[in-house]
Amino acid sequence: MTSILTPVLTDNWGDERAWTLASYEARGGYDALKKALTMAPDDIISAVKDSGLRGRGGAGFPTGMKWSFIPQDNPKPKYLVVNADESEPGTCKDIPLMMASPHTLVEGVIISSFAIRGNKAFIYIRGEVLHVIRRVQAAVAEAYAAGHLGTNIHGSGYDLDIVVHAGAGAYICGEETALLEGLEGRRGQPRLRPPFPAVAGLYASPTVINNVESIASVPSIVGNGAEWFASMGTEKSKGFGIFSLSGHVNRPGQYEAPLGITLRELVDLAGGIRAGHQLKFWTPGGSSTPLLTAEHLDLPLDFEGMAGAGTMLGTRALQLFDETVCVVRAVLRWTEFYKHESCGKCTPCREGTWWLVQTLAALEKGQGSESDLDLLLDQCDNILGRSFCALGDGATSPITSSIKHFRDEYLAHLTHGGCPFDASRSTAWAGLEAMA
Amino acid sequence: MTSAITDETYAELESIAARYPQPRSGLLPMLHLVQSAQGRITPEGIEACADILGISAAEVSGVATFYTMYKRKPVGDYHVGVCTNTLCAVMGGDEIFARLKDHLDVGNDETTTDGKVTLEHLECNAACDYAPVMMVNWEFMDNQTPQSAVALVDDLRSGKEVTSTRGPRICTWREAERVLAGFPDGRVDEGPAAGPASLVGLGIARERGWTAPDRDQGDGGHGVPEQPAQAVEGARVSDDKQAEQAAVEEKAPTTTTAAEKEDAE
Repeated sequence: MTSILTPVLTDNWGDERAWTLASYEARGGYDALKKALTMAPDDIISAVKDSGLRGRGGAGFPTGMKWSFIPQDNPKPKYLVVNADESEPGTCKDIPLMMASPHTLVEGVIISSFAIRGNKAFIYIRGEVLHVIRRVQAAVAEAYAAGHLGTNIHGSGYDLDIVVHAGAGAYICGEETALLEGLEGRRGQPRLRPPFPAVAGLYASPTVINNVESIASVPSIVGNGAEWFASMGTEKSKGFGIFSLSGHVNRPGQYEAPLGITLRELVDLAGGIRAGHQLKFWTPGGSSTPLLTAEHLDLPLDFEGMAGAGTMLGTRALQLFDETVCVVRAVLRWTEFYKHESCGKCTPCREGTWWLVQTLAALEKGQGSESDLDLLLDQCDNILGRSFCALGDGATSPITSSIKHFRDEYLAHLTHGGCPFDASRSTAWAGLEAMA
Repeated sequence: MTSAITDETYAELESIAARYPQPRSGLLPMLHLVQSAQGRITPEGIEACADILGISAAEVSGVATFYTMYKRKPVGDYHVGVCTNTLCAVMGGDEIFARLKDHLDVGNDETTTDGKVTLEHLECNAACDYAPVMMVNWEFMDNQTPQSAVALVDDLRSGKEVTSTRGPRICTWREAERVLAGFPDGRVDEGPAAGPASLVGLGIARERGWTAPDRDQGDGGHGVPEQPAQAVEGARVSDDKQAEQAAVEEKAPTTTTAAEKEDAE
């Protein structure tokens, strides 16, 4: 029998007190660490490379390769930094992972740090998730008490300290070099690359920065073997991932499956689009990944499948919107978000996102003319690829993709003299009053 | 109106800086502690951080003004956030926010006259499967409606104990800021491991007997492995784009990772 869903990272989330060391160890937690400590660090890097694990924070860069970029002949300390600044609109996988099973992450941090030969690691968690921070703080404290952290871990001679660091509200700090600035106590503004963090990252030292889910996948790879991991997924997108369904489906939530599953399969599992409605548009991996439509339900949700459709797998943040939702309203709101979150360093992004909001807001009110769509595309063209980081690029994605798929809907705002949609029909409680 | 930083707080600020190889790395949690001690980012707090880190007050201010969780005006006992990013807005966040502004008679980022509630609209708080989402002192309040939101703020203002929908009893904003600064408050074991939406996929897998392959199936060397899921999954391989094309940055596309790979080759 084929398992459509393959819980690995989510497998213990329903356990009693899953966040505690006792619960985690009761199902074999930290066994992978003990195995790793008997291995040569380079062999761990090879295993992660062979597994085919690609970055789960959206980039999809091969994790093992990233680790191998760390120059081991560099005399400076090596650092591992976990990017737990989950804030891409629609993305909601790392936060429940850290709340339910923080030890999966902590074990992954220890193994990964051992592999890159780092003695200090940081978990940078966005500040706006208090209980998640409590759980990770406590897991680190428990790991110290159990001898999984500190000096001479389990007699291996290996030392590691972990610092749990709370951010303070800035989407941009999910960008890895901006995160490093935040971690160095500065305004979170991205750095020009090169040099890349692998060479000059935190404190200008060799640094690996990985997403929570990437690091949390490492214990299972070390414990079960690279082939086991690679036996799931598709040819170039190996392994499992957490798919987050939100919006107008009957059972929104987290679904862990091999990469390559389709949205149709996921929506079926989620009980379909809410009754009496149809899927209109969706994001495959957060608001920075170009929108798709019901035409794309059967595409494999893997890196190649999404690239082939002109979008990106991103963070597998599947936000689903039905036909009651005005795409212009949705895109305007995302655009306001990018304008708000632009760090202000690069002119095309800082000024460009402001202009995008002006142009879109007028269109949404039914003001302007058809040529404003060309103006929007021209503005996007002047933002895309012209800044230090990808925030501005992300801002253009919903605009260009929505104009491609829903040009007529923009025009309808002009002919209608405003938004032709009734926003109240989109709410979670729409229709419920009538039934009650 | 604010008092000086106490010796105790000053010592705690120093202890935060000491967690890091370079003390300035402590600045973000130090500013959280300033908010806990003083109710907002105060000039005294800025001076204390600057003094401990050996940097200028202007440098500290530059950081304090960059991050949205740092507040220059006093915050109420309960910071109430309503997500109005696209998905939550569409699912009803806009209606909830409008209702609360009206009910509390405050605008965005304003505090009720009794000093109890500060209302703010939020960007995505990573709980989209529970939309529409609110946060109280950065604890999750999932699946809200205008009615539940009004009842929630009324309870907060009347001093009734409120519990997160998948977390602990709500503490005050200043107590929350202290946890963010790295001083645990003992509430870690309250609330469940996960809320219901976090568990839906797991529940379906359990119901239908779906699991990841056994370790032996992938390991090889154990005779002929049973055919695991990959045979089916592998049939779905899409056209062969170069890995570089799919390599996008943390949150969106960029040429960086592709360049990084070229660098290595």
